[in-house]
Amino acid sequence: MSGERGGAETPLLEARGIVKAYGHVEALRGADFAVHAGEVVALIGDNGAGKSTLTKILSGVERPDAGTILLDGAPVAFDRVERAREAGIETVHQDLALCPQLTPAANFFLGREVLRGGPLGRLGFLDHRAMRERARAECERLGVRLRSDTVPVSTLSGGQRQGVAVARAVAWARRVVFMDEPTAALGVVQTGRVLDLVRRVRDSGVAVVLISHNMQDVKAVSDRIEVLRLGARVARFATARVSMEELVAAMTGATSDAVSDSPSDVSDGAAGRGAEGVRGEAADDAGGEGR
Amino acid sequence: MSVEVGGPAAGRAGGVRGRAVLERVAGSQVVWIALVLAAMLAAFAMLRPHSFATGFNLLNLVSDAAILLLLAVGMTFVIITSGIDLSVGGVLVFSGVTAAKAMGAVGAESGTALWLGPVVAVATGLAWGVLNGAVVAYGRIPALIVTLGTLGMSLGGALLLTGGVDLRASGRLNLGLGLDRDLGVPDIVWISAAVTVALAVLLAQCRFGRHTYAIGSNTEAARRAGVRVERQLVRVYGLAGLLAGLAGYLSLAKYGITGVSAHSTDNLQAIAAVVIGGTSLFGGTGSVLGTVIGVFIPAVLQNGFQILGVRPFWQQVVVGAVLIVAVYLDQWRRRAGDR
Ligand SMILES: Nc1ncnc2c1ncn2[C@@H]1O[C@H](COP(=O)(O)OP(=O)(O)O)[C@@H](O)[C@H]1O
Ligand SMILES: [Mg+2]
Repeated sequence: MSGERGGAETPLLEARGIVKAYGHVEALRGADFAVHAGEVVALIGDNGAGKSTLTKILSGVERPDAGTILLDGAPVAFDRVERAREAGIETVHQDLALCPQLTPAANFFLGREVLRGGPLGRLGFLDHRAMRERARAECERLGVRLRSDTVPVSTLSGGQRQGVAVARAVAWARRVVFMDEPTAALGVVQTGRVLDLVRRVRDSGVAVVLISHNMQDVKAVSDRIEVLRLGARVARFATARVSMEELVAAMTGATSDAVSDSPSDVSDGAAGRGAEGVRGEAADDAGGEGR
Repeated sequence: MSVEVGGPAAGRAGGVRGRAVLERVAGSQVVWIALVLAAMLAAFAMLRPHSFATGFNLLNLVSDAAILLLLAVGMTFVIITSGIDLSVGGVLVFSGVTAAKAMGAVGAESGTALWLGPVVAVATGLAWGVLNGAVVAYGRIPALIVTLGTLGMSLGGALLLTGGVDLRASGRLNLGLGLDRDLGVPDIVWISAAVTVALAVLLAQCRFGRHTYAIGSNTEAARRAGVRVERQLVRVYGLAGLLAGLAGYLSLAKYGITGVSAHSTDNLQAIAAVVIGGTSLFGGTGSVLGTVIGVFIPAVLQNGFQILGVRPFWQQVVVGAVLIVAVYLDQWRRRAGDR
């Protein structure tokens, strides 16, 4: 899979110059981002850097004020969640976006309920059993075990909820899964399991965008790293080639070659350098990384 | 491999499931209020076996509750979305007035009037409901304010249309649908019961219900999952309005007049019934069955107190207390559930 990712390859999903403001707060100021087929990209940055906002825009939850989204190189408008879904993009939002009073299966199929066959189905009757069984099967296939599928999500532990949200996104995704801090509520063991899942998703051919504050996790699981700072991309790295110090420096703006305080200057320099490194590196490296 | 955290060992899962089921049954407000209603019925029946527990009295009780039940069922859907509809009493009256006017226009005793009346009443109610829903969903104005506004508009509108003088139903309607019985049960009760059962199924078994719960549970999550939140809200408020319109027509048939000033507390009665029935004012949970019981608790109290000779004002006092207890239980359960 990594061999196809040549230098000229069009990204599966790309954001260019995304601007998004909430009132006076500029969450994104011309942010760029790209994810290629079959890779794990870590999207990192300080709190408030705009990672979640970018995720929402690329999954159709929010609309950008300016900028372009390209799917396979062609501009698209993700003006509704359905558009992103049709493109095979699924998201684990930072707040999980579950309905606490609904069962895991109901959450799993929310917005794409399975209806019964025949005339009852046309009247909108739900096929509860099919949904329960498929939800359980999908969860099990992905290694997420649900104790009971008839209790509401609000009775589950934080980790289980995260499991449901992750399983839902992974089960439906055909091309890209965004995971916005999916391990935030998890302990060490569970985090390890999610990281395993990330690798397996990638191996099944679905690209993963992982947002995490844990640099160890990022280094362990990602092929590439993109760094967001103050609403713009300031650096890109091939994971195998970058040091912890460089990552921290890029996130905090203390990059050695950041002669100017202007984020756009940093962006040009770092992105240009990172881009070259990435293309060369990722191809060599992806196969050899410990899975 | 498993992403589940802190889950029990597989061997314990069976016991946990059993306990979960028990907890759910015990935690379900419907079970408790059903017991309360049963206890009330038993108490009144023992105290006054020859006047309370008669078919005649119970039928009266049910037929008095039938119209409120329609309002309360619509209110159930609205409250499950974590909304509220204060306008139902006004919409009921306004729909009764437009129906009476339309029937008068084509000849109140004519056959045409008998199908035009209900159509006009239901369409009028639906229009008010859609207005409520559209302003709530697209205008993003709190439902409390929107429906308080349309309550005033519909009541005021009804007074304008009638000049403050109640319109009378035609004799054919009042003596027909108003009195007709099948198998000894008033047709109005049959209609109300049929609508209630259909909507209970809609809520529990259909996508419409699922989306209604989802919106009340977490609107943003529903939207992100692809639920058309605004459209669904318009439908839910539209349904509540439609039911108020139907209630307006049945009320016209039953009481023979439009009752312009008789429905100012319908909204509170409906809300009380819904909340007593275990539907959370915070949205996301509730059932039509609970609402049915919630309608009958005040109705049985009123009827029982009357027969016992207790001053009827006590009914208001007791229902008020029951309401507060119901909301308290709901909040307590929420806190327990959040832990
Ligand atoms: N809905 C919102 N309303 C107002 N401000 C917001 C909203 N969402 C995000 N922001 C602001 O936008 C900036 C970026 O936020 P976010 O994308 O959540 O950052 P990150 O996920 O990288 O921590 C922050 O300053 C945040 O306060
Ligand atoms: Mg975030």
